[in-house]
Amino acid sequence: MTFFKLPIWLKANLVVLISSLLLTACDKGVLHPQGAVGVQNKELIIVTTALMLIVVIPVIVMALWFTYRYRADRPDADKDFDPQWSHNTWIEILMWTIPIIIIAILAVITWRSTHALDPYKPLETQKDNPPLEIQVVAQNWKWLFIYPEQDIAVVNELYLPVDRPVSFKITSDTVMNSFFIPRLGSQIYAMSSMVTQLHLIANEPGVYNGLSANYSGPGFSDMKFLAHAVDKQGFDDWVSKIKAGDNKVLDTAVYEELSKPSENHAIEYFKSAQPDMFDYIVNQYSSDTQQQNQFIESNEVNQRDNKNAVNKGLESDLKDDGEGSINPAAPSNKDDAQEADAQ
Amino acid sequence: MEAIFGRLSLEAIPYHEPIIMAAGGMMALAGLAVLIFLTKKKLWGVFWHDWLTSVDHKKIGIMYIVVAIVMLLRGFSDAIMMRTHQMLANYPETGYLPPHHYDQIFTAHGVIMIFFVAMPLVVGLMNAIIPLQIGARDVAFPFLNSLSFWLFVTGALLVNVSLVIGDFAATGWLAYPPLSELTYSPTVGVDYYIWALQLSGLGTLLTGVNFLVTILKMRAPGMNLMHMPIFTWSALCTNILIVAAFPVLTATLAMLTLDRYLGMHFFTNDAGGNVMMYINLIWIWGHPEVYILVLPAFGIFSEVISTFSQKKLFGYVSMVYALMVIAILSFIVWLHHFFTMGSGANVNAFFGITTMIIAIPTGVKVFNWLFTMYRGKIVFGTPILWTLGFIITFTIGGMTGVMLAVPGIDYVLHNSLFLIAHFHNTIIGGAVFGYFAGITFWWPKMFGYRLDEKWGKRAFWGWLIGFFVAFMPLYVLGFFGMTRRTNHYANDVWQIWLIVAAVGAFIILFGIVSQLMMFYVSYRDRERLADVSGDPWNGRTLEWSTPSPAPFYNFAQLPVINDLDALAHLKDSGWTSDKAPNYYSPIHMPKNTDSGVIIGLLTFVFGFAFIWHIWWLVIASFLVIIFFVIREANKRDIDYIVPVDEIEKIENAYYKRLRTAHAGDGL
Repeated sequence: MTFFKLPIWLKANLVVLISSLLLTACDKGVLHPQGAVGVQNKELIIVTTALMLIVVIPVIVMALWFTYRYRADRPDADKDFDPQWSHNTWIEILMWTIPIIIIAILAVITWRSTHALDPYKPLETQKDNPPLEIQVVAQNWKWLFIYPEQDIAVVNELYLPVDRPVSFKITSDTVMNSFFIPRLGSQIYAMSSMVTQLHLIANEPGVYNGLSANYSGPGFSDMKFLAHAVDKQGFDDWVSKIKAGDNKVLDTAVYEELSKPSENHAIEYFKSAQPDMFDYIVNQYSSDTQQQNQFIESNEVNQRDNKNAVNKGLESDLKDDGEGSINPAAPSNKDDAQEADAQ
Repeated sequence: MEAIFGRLSLEAIPYHEPIIMAAGGMMALAGLAVLIFLTKKKLWGVFWHDWLTSVDHKKIGIMYIVVAIVMLLRGFSDAIMMRTHQMLANYPETGYLPPHHYDQIFTAHGVIMIFFVAMPLVVGLMNAIIPLQIGARDVAFPFLNSLSFWLFVTGALLVNVSLVIGDFAATGWLAYPPLSELTYSPTVGVDYYIWALQLSGLGTLLTGVNFLVTILKMRAPGMNLMHMPIFTWSALCTNILIVAAFPVLTATLAMLTLDRYLGMHFFTNDAGGNVMMYINLIWIWGHPEVYILVLPAFGIFSEVISTFSQKKLFGYVSMVYALMVIAILSFIVWLHHFFTMGSGANVNAFFGITTMIIAIPTGVKVFNWLFTMYRGKIVFGTPILWTLGFIITFTIGGMTGVMLAVPGIDYVLHNSLFLIAHFHNTIIGGAVFGYFAGITFWWPKMFGYRLDEKWGKRAFWGWLIGFFVAFMPLYVLGFFGMTRRTNHYANDVWQIWLIVAAVGAFIILFGIVSQLMMFYVSYRDRERLADVSGDPWNGRTLEWSTPSPAPFYNFAQLPVINDLDALAHLKDSGWTSDKAPNYYSPIHMPKNTDSGVIIGLLTFVFGFAFIWHIWWLVIASFLVIIFFVIREANKRDIDYIVPVDEIEKIENAYYKRLRTAHAGDGL
């Protein structure tokens, strides 16, 4: 998809020129995307750079040329020296207008692309290819991935079926991190008590680096994983390998053990995960809120079941923060559907 | 014991860390050398009466710049350690700095460079020049100015003390919670961070108030706003930003303090705390902060480029409007620092677009500078070299800034080394080059002699080439997906680029050493480089109409202003520096006071006691601070009249120097 229509010949030339400039310097990174989202990120980088160069190159040329041309020791310096010349309406109009036009074009591109690339927006999918949901938990200092559909959980390893959109629901166990697979495109923060969303797709099979892009403490540099984009068969094999293997079940007790800080954590598999594991992680800090509610509302809250009380506390938080797009636990499918509508 | 020493014990000193102990030892030795020098030369009296207790804006300005340069050395050693560490940290190696140490270094580097190098250079240059440029005798509140300086010194001292007693924050320079909360940062590091910033931030806020009033109320007769030199305009905008933005920093840090000290829950994970609030607040301060740093640099470049092209500044009115537009816009772009937090597309797009709108007035300024050179006669002094280096470097930084302002691009480059390269590109290539241009430009006004051009040019080339070699590889590494604050990695290609970047850091080191040589050589050759006339560059603004260095009262007679470029006009109408005025009048001046330095050092004790939970000392030092504030507030003997005799004596000595120099010219 394109955000801005340039004449095709110009666009082709620009793309070739700039990508050859940049790509000679790069081997693998965000300029070698392997998924539809990353491709759009990259296209934006190229178009924006090209537009900016329209101003940047003349400025640099003018800076060098004026410096040379108007040096004090030039011959006949006095001939065109004009110490009082400090205003020219046409030049001033031009120097305001040209940047305004370029920024106006960029603003349109920005508005369109920001909506197109909104990480919360589900990718367009066919009926027979529904998105795969993966729940992501940033822990000190490792990544826990829960596959609710497959009912497995993995530490520090990610498998994705090629060409199938993936819907990540992301939270953090403790401090803030950022979930990022550079070659697949956009990243998003992982924050405790909150769920952020990211939609990505891998269109080429391969193994891609994944990491935390937000510093989170001493073990941060080893908070890496490999994202394997494989065909459907490969993905199913990987799932059944985990299910069949001699692996633990991820329940709250195992989770508490796992959430203890560790660095350079090895890959670990869980053949099953407690069904509400992700909600449990997102809501783990709500107990205080609950206690406060109990304190304020006395017996009323005590009579409700635990889960409702937790959700009530979170809802009041949600009202306060005003920005609806970052939702605390939105566990049920119904909530998800509403979110998608809201977008 | 705990009642007396709080959490402080001998274990707080990291004996087992050779690098830290060596650095601490070096600092102690340097301090000791200064003390011995002062004692041996019997300079304590002069030091106390003429400097530490001075309320003279020119001396306070110089002290700011001296401390800033010392802190630059500290901040740069952090930088070179990071570059050499990352260069070596390719798998299976993990570099020579363990995460605990490395994380403190990048935090300290950011904090020091922004708060204790860039800020004092801005404030120091404003102090040294603004009153002279607007024809005032001092700032509006001279004691407050001294207090601001000492509060800033307190902050700098706390950061340096953290090196050897306890540790510093390992959170990144903005100390995002929940990492900076007690749960995840239980040591005193974040407390050092909080108090160093809180106290020096208070000093900055007072400076902002002081200079805002000075510029608005104390201009020479006839100087209306549109006659103000452009550097004064840029300083006005900066001080408006300081007054508007710094209270937000104070409040944000106060909330973090309450979380850490009283168990409150503003930003914690539990009990309804929310990290997003901190991140929003800190950037509502943080984004204007970068314009606080860069606007004065824009002002300096404007002065330099006009003076060295020997020509009026092109489009003065455009320049002023561009400055004000940037100042206002800087408050509605903060969210671009965290597009990846998950705001909706409308919000992200809005902040992306407001951000790129800033490129418009900035672009206008660049064109104004270029057309100031057009049809000029450009003299290649060191200040203009910094300016040209700036135009080219900063334009590239502006371009990458607009790229990052597009949310769809930021999603893949956020927090990467691309971002690091971008903001160093604007802060070094924009702000720091500007301060260096300003220091070179105004050095004769501050000290009475010019800086050595040979070493000045070496310093420039070291910094310029070093900058490109050190930071262009970081743009590339950002595209590779390398994240900032990485301690170690496993990638041979990255390592090649990191080695190049480290080489760049050493080229910058050459630049810094050249600068130190420049200061030394210039001092040694001060006779040769003497600025007798007070106007070494054929200047256009008022500060060049006074002797160098200016007498403590700045102007024997307050000038009357009729136009922009006041001095250029005076010169056109036949004014020369060697014509003494017909008469002098008595001058009203503020008296020096020791309250600034005493209160400043007491706030150090206060902050230190708070950091280590030494509660009796917190209370005691607070009470003594209050006592000294009340004492200063009740002083009646705060000013005096300089009699005409004394003025005549000082002025005649200057005219005699001028005549001797002119006679020398005649030979």
